[in-house]
Amino acid sequence: MIELPTLGWQSIVILVVFGVSLLIATYCTYAERVIAAFLQDRVGPDRAGPFGLLQPLADAVKLFTKEEFFPAGANKALFIMGPCLAMITALMSSAVIPFGNVIQFGNNVFNLQGIEVNIGMLWVFGIVSLGVYGVMIGGWASNNKFSLLGAIRAGSQNISYELAMGMALIAVLMISGTLSLREITLQQSQAGEWHFWNIVKQPLGFIIFLVCAFAETNRTPFDLPECETELVGGYHTEYSSMKMGLYLFAEYVNVFVASAVMSVLYFGGFNFPFQYELRDWLVSAQSWELMSAQNLISVLGLLGLFGKIFAFIFFFMWVRWTLPRFRYDQLMRLGWTILIPLAIFNILLTGGLILGGIIK
Amino acid sequence: MQSLSNRAKKLEAKPMTLAERAYLPAIFQGLSITMRHFFRAATKKQVTVRYPEEQRPFSPIFRGLHVLKRDEVGRERCTACGLCAVACPAEAITMVAGERKKGEENLYREEKYAVSYEVNMLRCIFCGLCEEACPKAAVYLQPDKMAPPRFERDEFIYGKDRLVEPVDPNARSIRGIQLTPEQAHALSQKTSQQLS
Repeated sequence: MIELPTLGWQSIVILVVFGVSLLIATYCTYAERVIAAFLQDRVGPDRAGPFGLLQPLADAVKLFTKEEFFPAGANKALFIMGPCLAMITALMSSAVIPFGNVIQFGNNVFNLQGIEVNIGMLWVFGIVSLGVYGVMIGGWASNNKFSLLGAIRAGSQNISYELAMGMALIAVLMISGTLSLREITLQQSQAGEWHFWNIVKQPLGFIIFLVCAFAETNRTPFDLPECETELVGGYHTEYSSMKMGLYLFAEYVNVFVASAVMSVLYFGGFNFPFQYELRDWLVSAQSWELMSAQNLISVLGLLGLFGKIFAFIFFFMWVRWTLPRFRYDQLMRLGWTILIPLAIFNILLTGGLILGGIIK
Repeated sequence: MQSLSNRAKKLEAKPMTLAERAYLPAIFQGLSITMRHFFRAATKKQVTVRYPEEQRPFSPIFRGLHVLKRDEVGRERCTACGLCAVACPAEAITMVAGERKKGEENLYREEKYAVSYEVNMLRCIFCGLCEEACPKAAVYLQPDKMAPPRFERDEFIYGKDRLVEPVDPNARSIRGIQLTPEQAHALSQKTSQQLS
């Protein structure tokens, strides 16, 4: 039986996470354009508001006022369902991400996490796998060859890279012994051992996970489902108005979630260097209460996690405007003949190191 | 066959080294290049000109919007001879000639003048042949003004109301001949301002 206060707090957190995901996705569109412009010695959008900060609003107004187009012969229900599914699945996966440690006021403990489930990692993977349905259904329902090709590419690409991604994850799970994202985060914060983030133990696994994250979010160099040079617009060729906007939004929410998951799994989540030293110093030298010192650490950790997430989002965009797109056979070869064997090797290596007692 | 210039290089496809096949070093190289550009764009002044707020300086020999000049006492120089219209390869110029009446000697320099003088800026190719054809040094293409974009086509047909230069010499364009000393002074100052 879940008590009402907890439920209330959880729903608030989930609403906030929902809003924050959308806000970040909105400003990702702006950041994408500005970063792209800077990387290419351009200026980027700077007309709407100071530094063009109102550009996402202008884009939203444009998308909402565009004509809603239904292609002839399209399955209308599925055609609408596609972008909705893409958006829903993208937003659902951020519910289990621990954005911060607990905040305590007296006896009230507030958890800065939507839902704490002990299979958090499985939840994220399950939802992310569902995400491809939005793309598949949308591409299929469009009654367009290019859309269908994009959808098929999305399907096979996601399946191929999920394997390597899962195997890279298994190595992390061998170290942590739990699927709960919160537990994984807390394990990376042994007092005095701030540097033992999982990236130190799993450098190869991280690279595999990162590459697969690019493929899972359909970002360049693996954006073959869209692939505007070959497939017009890929799976969203026939989409217009806000349905198109939902697809674009879902991509950015996915980037946000992938960044958050990578930060949590490999970069210590809400832990930051010297947090325990800072807390002890506050308690001993500044004579703070332990509780408020801990709360301060939690808030700083929350900001730190968002810093990591933004760094990853920036990396996603940086790579997008640097690397050319893979060819489809190259993509498949990379996935099946390089990443999966590497991931298996990484599992064996991790197992050997655990047996040898070098990492734990 | 030996090459004629002896500069031909023989290229061989070498097998890729391990670093090249691993692809990651090349990725980092590319990322560092784009990052350099990122910081250059973020710190240095960009080459982009934000047009309505800042404008690129015009070249001193730029051929822009037409002007019908006045002479040193403010009379219109044009005598409606039609040579500009004949010279115009785009047939952009039309005019109607009229005879100067008594009492209009302070308005028009010659006995014949242009009652209407129209340039269609959508036809005009800004070649400057009208300027060369004019025997009265009346029509010039200004180096500091452009025909601005408009919403209606008929707004591009410039009549005398928009072509004849103002009587005030300070408000005039910098190109022209036979100026009064004051006009010459004012215009040379304007020129030095624009060129500096």
